[in-house]
Amino acid sequence: MAEITLTIDDQPVTVPAGTTILKAAASIGVEIPTICTHDACTANGLCRLCVVDVKGARLLQPACIVQATNGMHVTTRNERVDRSRRTILEMLNSAVDLAEAVDIQGQMQDYGVDPDRFPEAERRSAPVIDDNPMYVRDYAKCILCWRCVQVCAEDAQYTFALSFDGRGFATQIGTFFDKPMPETTCVFCGQCVGVCPTGALKPRREWLLEEGKTPDEIMAMTRTDRKRRRR
Amino acid sequence: MFDPTMDLAPLRELLAPFVAQGRAGLLPALQVAQAHYGYLAEPIAAEIGRTLHTPLADVHGVIDFYALLYRKPVGRTIVRVCTDPSCALRGADDVLDAACRKAGVDINGTAADGAYTVERSPCLGQCNAGVSVNVTHGQPAKSITYAHVTADALDDVFAAQGRTTGSRYWTYDYVGGDLCIVTPLCGRGRRTNLIEYQAVGGMQALKKALTNMTPVEVVAEIKACALVGRGGAAFPAWLKWEAAAAAPGSPKYFIVNADESEPGTFKDRVLLEGDPCRIIEGALIGAYAIGAHKIIFYVRGEYPLAIERLTAALDECRAAGYIGDKILGSDFSVHSEIRSGAGAYICGEETALLESIEGKRGFPRVKPPFPVTSGLFGKPTIINNVETLAKVPYILIHGPDAFRDLGTESSTGPKLVCVSGDVVRPGLFEIHFGMSLRTLLEEHAGGVNGDLQAVLIGGASGVFATPGHLDVKLTIEDLRAAGLTLGSGAIMVFNTTRDLRDILVRLGRFFAHESCGKCYPCQLGTQRQAEILERLARGRVLPGDRERLHDVGWTMTDASLCGLGQTAAGAVLSAMKHWPDLFANAAPLQTERAD
Repeated sequence: MAEITLTIDDQPVTVPAGTTILKAAASIGVEIPTICTHDACTANGLCRLCVVDVKGARLLQPACIVQATNGMHVTTRNERVDRSRRTILEMLNSAVDLAEAVDIQGQMQDYGVDPDRFPEAERRSAPVIDDNPMYVRDYAKCILCWRCVQVCAEDAQYTFALSFDGRGFATQIGTFFDKPMPETTCVFCGQCVGVCPTGALKPRREWLLEEGKTPDEIMAMTRTDRKRRRR
Repeated sequence: MFDPTMDLAPLRELLAPFVAQGRAGLLPALQVAQAHYGYLAEPIAAEIGRTLHTPLADVHGVIDFYALLYRKPVGRTIVRVCTDPSCALRGADDVLDAACRKAGVDINGTAADGAYTVERSPCLGQCNAGVSVNVTHGQPAKSITYAHVTADALDDVFAAQGRTTGSRYWTYDYVGGDLCIVTPLCGRGRRTNLIEYQAVGGMQALKKALTNMTPVEVVAEIKACALVGRGGAAFPAWLKWEAAAAAPGSPKYFIVNADESEPGTFKDRVLLEGDPCRIIEGALIGAYAIGAHKIIFYVRGEYPLAIERLTAALDECRAAGYIGDKILGSDFSVHSEIRSGAGAYICGEETALLESIEGKRGFPRVKPPFPVTSGLFGKPTIINNVETLAKVPYILIHGPDAFRDLGTESSTGPKLVCVSGDVVRPGLFEIHFGMSLRTLLEEHAGGVNGDLQAVLIGGASGVFATPGHLDVKLTIEDLRAAGLTLGSGAIMVFNTTRDLRDILVRLGRFFAHESCGKCYPCQLGTQRQAEILERLARGRVLPGDRERLHDVGWTMTDASLCGLGQTAAGAVLSAMKHWPDLFANAAPLQTERAD
């Protein structure tokens, strides 16, 4: 495959044509932060945390989807890049419960995020949905990375149980007419839980444990659930 | 909530025309079903999903995305009052208040007896003739967009009396300017029919192209005149044509973007209502040039009159042999379809528009690939703005040089600008690129009512100009050099009695309402920006709000995925530059209300 050479933070790097800036940077040990990107999911370039400054480009470019080209000059950190990354993290933190989003917590430290940057900001809060024996959905922790919707659809399972409610800031992942999960096409494969980066989707037993239930109580509860389902 | 008396039997018949399209038929199927049933209850949505082989979750997601689709019961009559800047200057808030009182509801509420729903609407494209109100009424539901509505007129509006074409709540769109290239048949209060259009040379360009020119030669003419798109992004239209013509793959699609919804913009509405045949001719020539056999007109859902008149014009063109198999005796066959939007500003973004036609939520796609190579259903596709296509017949008849003479070196040809707000004569003006803002406002728009304070050029996604900019020339390059943008050609004028904080908060609300929610900078930024602007309007700014607005604005500008987010802070950032005092803690707005 043809190779191309570009410059990332003043270091020359040679990669196969078609490599993203993100992967090219990683090949020389330059780490660019990402949120929505996942190897199992089609890249949508939607969190924009990975934006970098490409010489000659009017706007910052998302490193996860933009391919490196010959002679490209990439700056992965400068004032402009950092302002965008910091502000995105601050806005996200002002809207969503990130308590269990370990990676994002680290990024917030890296970029000097002020956790109270946006006072009086409307938060996305929703009650926990506990409607099936396998997992719970806590959309107050959802960052809308789309991974669950994607693995439920063409990226993996072709189940199509999940979609979106609303739009803009008011978007929330949901089911057809808010049906409980057992009444949807969900096959409880668990892949959505596996790709969720923030604990918004969580195995039900783990959640019950966190809620202070004892293992005995949990066994009793989940057994009942199973029996009920079998009948 | 579902009414068990609702008879599902008619649904199958209503859906029949869309079955063959599969998922691509989803939006029109939902629209037809809703027109019959009033709203899209669960069994109806489920039946539509099954019929069109679309996952039910996706049907739900699509209904929820579009503001004009409802999955919960709404009033039998839905009244939508535009409260964006130009209508606001003419008392939109009073009309909205009166409408709510009359219906006995709060804003966005439905009366207990199910008679009325009253909503706050984004710009309805009647900025020259506000206050504008859109009413959906009857079964099957029909939609009417009224202009010049006052609180006194609401009895008739609520009863959906009269029409936009009738005498009472309609006025002729004022069409002026120093050129009359694409607008000679507009603003006459009625549609110009095909025979009239032909009588003044209409369809001659199409005949010339089909009989004397190869597709390559047509593209060469458009390239020679350096035609730039008129939708707002100022992208060279000829580049699209050249790339789509050369792109491998078939079929190819030619799409007319008539999803005009930039606040302050109404040019495409005036063109489609007044002289739709000209747009059809431009599109036919374009389809011939790139080898497309299907033209899709995507018209904004809030433009019912434009849809009605375009439909009539397409019927005439079909009957006259301009659309169909082997048109005008050539080997070129082309068919057309109209798609109606469903209340989503973002669908004016070309890739979101493609998603919408494919029956999906209007999320903009990541580019590349670009639509010219991978557009509708992954096929080579052109998406051109209405005004852009209106120029094409003139170019083919008179030649590139004549066209270039009407503008400047980089901004060629005539341009339509939509002037609204505090001017004596709001309207649509066809001007040569290079006219000064002063000449436009003082000579053509009749002058400013009162003393000029500010001009918002380019609509909500535009940038504020000050009286110091009056002598700037209206060209793409001059405006850019002055830190401004022409955008869609919307020019909103504000005199010194206006509180610009009120305008800013309306722009903030507009973007928060219209963000699709895909990329974080815009999804979160439009919400945070709107919240800060609400504080500003209430006169209770918090310490650090100016810096917050600045960071949010630049993050949206620099890092958003599409043009909506990239321009959502343009007006705010320019206002911060021109009028820093505006952002200090100050008294609340005079008109401040708790909503």
